Amino acid sequence: MKSLEELKAIREKMKRQMDLREDNESNIRVVVGMATCGIAAGARPVMTAFLDEINRRGLTNVTVSQTGCIGVCRLEPVAEVFVPGEEKVTYVRLRPEMVPAIVEQHLVNHSVVQDYTIGAAE
Amino acid sequence: MKELSLHLLDVAKNSVAAGAKHVSITLDEDGDGWLTIAIADDGRGMAPEFLAQVTDPFTTTRTTRKVGLGLPLLRLTAEQTGGSLSIDSTLGVGTTLTARFQRRHLDCPPLGDLPGAVALLIQGSPDMELTYRHTTPRGEAALSTAELRDILGDDVSLAEPEVFAWIQDYLTEQENEAAVDASPAAVSEGEVQ
Repeated sequence: MKSLEELKAIREKMKRQMDLREDNESNIRVVVGMATCGIAAGARPVMTAFLDEINRRGLTNVTVSQTGCIGVCRLEPVAEVFVPGEEKVTYVRLRPEMVPAIVEQHLVNHSVVQDYTIGAAE
Repeated sequence: MKELSLHLLDVAKNSVAAGAKHVSITLDEDGDGWLTIAIADDGRGMAPEFLAQVTDPFTTTRTTRKVGLGLPLLRLTAEQTGGSLSIDSTLGVGTTLTARFQRRHLDCPPLGDLPGAVALLIQGSPDMELTYRHTTPRGEAALSTAELRDILGDDVSLAEPEVFAWIQDYLTEQENEAAVDASPAAVSEGEVQ
């Protein structure tokens, strides 16, 4: 059974990580479109996949957030990746199974997964 | 929208957009297959003129285009099962949406991943206070972000991936305990018609 005690343990662990993070200026942001269009196209499992993968790898320099309609409903689910000092990358028509590659190649190794980008889709 | 939980996520995001500080989500299932979903917020509310046409697909708050399908689709889904959708709203006070579904109706979508939807809602708006309660004839699943925040303190955000995973697992266990099989196959053909 999951208990509130476990949450206390998470708190202690996170607080230790926070101290490290405050010094980290290379914070990467992942923003997933979660408006009606995104949700209907399958953004929820994609968002969950990002959170799961980042949690599994213990990446402390990545923030995942949600936004509304990014404006290209036909290409949903859409996620934007912001790496400081680099150009924004927009990934489109995402499926959960595509997420581990983006996390590994782009978020960890700073190499854009070109095949999944809006440039490759258009 | 293939699941009711996706509607829930979609509609509750309207409360977030309305600047709500507190959102209450309740799902109530009775023994006759009726499910009532209520989403109440203390956001900015809607003017009567806007409220009157809010389930019209060509009414939306967004500025990029003139189509908004979230509420019309939810109303259609509810009405297709013999249920209904109603919205009460007062400017400056808040909005309450109530949708009723007959879960034994063939056209009623499955509930879907409720823990996932609630966890994502919290992850997307970690500073908003959210209470969630799903009551079934077998039990209930409940969560309050105020309780979680008491434990996590101000330093740890509810948006953290690890907290998200915990919320999802915590609710999944409760939902599994309280789950009621209301699929059409679970009832006789006569009742469905």
